[in-house]
Amino acid sequence: MSECAGIQTRLVEFVRLARENGFRVGVKENIDAQRVAHRCGITDPQRLHWGLRSLLCSDQNDWERFSELFGAYWRPGKLQARYQPMAGPPAARQAGGKGVGGGEGMADDAGHSGTRKGASAMQSLAETDFRFLADAGSMRTAERLAERLARRMRRRVQRRQRLQRHGRRIHLRRTVRNSLRYGGTPLQLAYRQRIRRQPRLILMIDVSRSMSLYSYVFLRFSRGIINALRDADAFACHTALVHITDALRQPDVTRMRESLALISQGWSGGTRLGEALQRFARDYSARINSRTLFIIVSDGLDTGEPELPAQQLAGIRRRYRKIVWLNPLLGREGYEPKTGAMLAALPHSDVFAPAHTLQSLLALKPVLTSV
Amino acid sequence: MSNEHDIIEFQQQMMQVGYVAERSLAATLVLLTELQRPLLLEGDAGVGKTEVGRVLSKVFDCPLIRLQCYEGLDVNAAVYEWNYQHQLLAIKLLEQSRLSPESAEHQIFSEAYLLKRPLLQAITQAKPPVLLIDEIDRADEEFEAYLLEVLSDFQISVPELGTIEATSRPYVILTSNATRELSDALRRRCLYYYVEYPEFDKELRIVNARLSGIGQQLARQVVAFVQALRRGDLRKKPGIAETLDWAAALLRLKVDSLDENPEAVMDSLVCLLMTREDSEAMTEATVERMVARAV
Repeated sequence: MSECAGIQTRLVEFVRLARENGFRVGVKENIDAQRVAHRCGITDPQRLHWGLRSLLCSDQNDWERFSELFGAYWRPGKLQARYQPMAGPPAARQAGGKGVGGGEGMADDAGHSGTRKGASAMQSLAETDFRFLADAGSMRTAERLAERLARRMRRRVQRRQRLQRHGRRIHLRRTVRNSLRYGGTPLQLAYRQRIRRQPRLILMIDVSRSMSLYSYVFLRFSRGIINALRDADAFACHTALVHITDALRQPDVTRMRESLALISQGWSGGTRLGEALQRFARDYSARINSRTLFIIVSDGLDTGEPELPAQQLAGIRRRYRKIVWLNPLLGREGYEPKTGAMLAALPHSDVFAPAHTLQSLLALKPVLTSV
Repeated sequence: MSNEHDIIEFQQQMMQVGYVAERSLAATLVLLTELQRPLLLEGDAGVGKTEVGRVLSKVFDCPLIRLQCYEGLDVNAAVYEWNYQHQLLAIKLLEQSRLSPESAEHQIFSEAYLLKRPLLQAITQAKPPVLLIDEIDRADEEFEAYLLEVLSDFQISVPELGTIEATSRPYVILTSNATRELSDALRRRCLYYYVEYPEFDKELRIVNARLSGIGQQLARQVVAFVQALRRGDLRKKPGIAETLDWAAALLRLKVDSLDENPEAVMDSLVCLLMTREDSEAMTEATVERMVARAV
């Protein structure tokens, strides 16, 4: 009996360990874990493994790392420092949690009071090239503004949807339904309308060294977009391609920085846009549909072959709604797109726009809303 | 302890209806009946996700109700709809009768005029059916939220009729191809299983199970070839269905071994390659090399 209770405790601990390691597990899973153990038998580790894996995992990522966690916990003597059940994580998590509430609130307040202080300061900030924002303070303000801008865009997109009232074609089924109350006489007509949907956005941000002055602002901008539009994905590219949507989605800015830093090995190196695009086409092409807007933020200074990006863009374009290329260098006086990759890619992008100030980002609004 | 026995027995039952399942999948399906949670299946296209639902309904000997999701799927197509034409007809007929307006209304909005769509169908069966919700990622987020509600309460409310309680709890299987991220709430509620491309042995068993007339030699070669193809750099990797198609095609062309009839192999490759780029990449020389390795 006591042994049984001991195993129950072990299971509860394991579920908690899973939660601390980022598995999406609630209280109900705790109860079900006991049932799984009962059903699969606790004596057979293989079956317990299978059962708990199905219960506790909720996506492919979980699926792949479950075995390690399971092994680390249930095989005696293999409990590694990485998965310490009691130490660090919960405390850190709590502190982080507080950070989310407090920190974000403060940041927001600062933002509002900043706006109240006067429009002119903001105005000038909006027109400054990001690379001249030397001090950390104005950099952060610019980042925050970029994020707010992205949120505002969403409101605009949604409003357009609501304004679509009267359709042109009659919705027959609904009309018949409406006429029920008039005894079958179609007094009240119903119209069919084409629903305007939010575009699906895919952002690809060049984080190579040549972009280092700009990339952080764009990461913040994409964070705003990702939080505002649910159907959006962000990728960072340099010599490889990294999916950063989940990292950007974290509510706390500091933690976002941390996780970006974690996945950012190789950032600020060279760029191989063509290969990044190729990888995108291969691994993530399922995310594409006909109302997808593909935004590339890059200066086009590419170290790979110039033909590859163009080739890939042509392939992507066939399946996308629109390709927008934002180039921060375009805002500089006397700049002309002359690099091989840029020249080759130009014919394949629908919009080629500067993106060096907040104002130039604001000018993107019609592009986003007209999909 | 009879648990292990359960799992093996379940696996064998699935085998009898023609599905070669991993032990771990069988274990998960046993849990599905035990915990009464929906099961979310993910994996590449063509690994047999949808097939699981079909097989489960055969094993349990119960109806399979399938809801294919698509963009713009709404309540009318997924849950219920009133049969308006019928209702109108009834109104016209009732005009002649001396029924009071209340009872007439009651009659018009009764279950007789309700068209049941898959979700409502699934919860009003006498015996628990298998409800297969295919490609849930194609439906909108709003629908996903609604589905979540139905799957947790197992009741559906129809404004004109009241709440319809479930008479039986269906076994729910959801499949997803990851065209968009599913909500955490849905993921948490479901059991999860990631279906991978089968290993050599398993795929061989599948081919043997489905195509009884195939020779051992050809089956081995076909599977080895397809496995090599999957490891390569293709745009669309061939799934199990494609393997079976190809094997059937070769059987039809009376090929006994891949190396003795190169033209037939080339001709029948259309079963495996699904994009122009892929078929261009597979030149005769490449195919010959791969055949040589597979034999």
